[in-house]
Amino acid sequence: MRWMWIDRVIELVPRQKMVAVKNITLAEEHLHDHFPATDTLTAAPVMPASLMIEGMAQTAGVLVGHAEGFKEKVILAKVSDATIDEDAGPGMTIRYTAEITQIDEKGAATKGTIELLDHADAEVGYRQIGAVDLMFSHIDNNRSGIEFPEHNFVFGDAFKTLLDSSGIDYPK
Amino acid sequence: MTHDEVFEKVRDVLVDALAVDDDEVQPEATLTSDLGAESIDFLDIVFKIEQVFGFKIEQGELFPDNVMQDPEYVQDGKVTDAGMAALKERLPHADFSKLDANPDVNKVGEIFTVDALVKFVERKLGS
Repeated sequence: MRWMWIDRVIELVPRQKMVAVKNITLAEEHLHDHFPATDTLTAAPVMPASLMIEGMAQTAGVLVGHAEGFKEKVILAKVSDATIDEDAGPGMTIRYTAEITQIDEKGAATKGTIELLDHADAEVGYRQIGAVDLMFSHIDNNRSGIEFPEHNFVFGDAFKTLLDSSGIDYPK
Repeated sequence: MTHDEVFEKVRDVLVDALAVDDDEVQPEATLTSDLGAESIDFLDIVFKIEQVFGFKIEQGELFPDNVMQDPEYVQDGKVTDAGMAALKERLPHADFSKLDANPDVNKVGEIFTVDALVKFVERKLGS
């Protein structure tokens, strides 16, 4: 499963809200380069903030796609706002919650929170470490009039597998 | 709502959507050239105006969708007379002074000034 930055969908309220989790693991190769040890510092493997934004984009994107039965090609168009206050490392779990604030034939706007669960400190539970607001375009309804392939190349097998393994219903 | 109140709310929308400073949002400023709006920003602006003012904007009502793809309306990179008439009919709020002088299709964005946006909102609120 390449380029999937959420592991499981926990909750989906159609057209309103989706919650997904991502377990960070040392088996992810990029963590060894982000950041490696130097002569003076030990290695500091942390999930890149850009990939947390991608995780939110996948969470919110599936929510927006599900709203129209995955008929629309939903493309991330704009990161309206993104704040990530804390690092997240291997063995921790990230929880993305995305909510649709607006949706119509042209696209959608979403608000989202990123929470972190540190299993070494599990009694604290999830606590918020960031917020990401996004905009999506339904590209077949784009203003420029450019035509795209009929086939929905956005929601491929990887997303279907994710929804299936999470026990989420969707139009097949 | 007074003209100034509408302007202030529109200004706040543009500051938020385009990450510009308050004082850059002047009535005569164009959304694209002066404030740096890109195509997706227009959707953002539409969504934010709908939320702030509480009305629905239909697709193509504020910004044209398919006029620019119509070969009758655009020829050799210029907006034709028929195209200009269609734009003016559909977008009575827009400022056509610059486009009338130079109907280059790439300059169509110039018709969307801050003042044009304010006029659009006032017309929607009044109707």
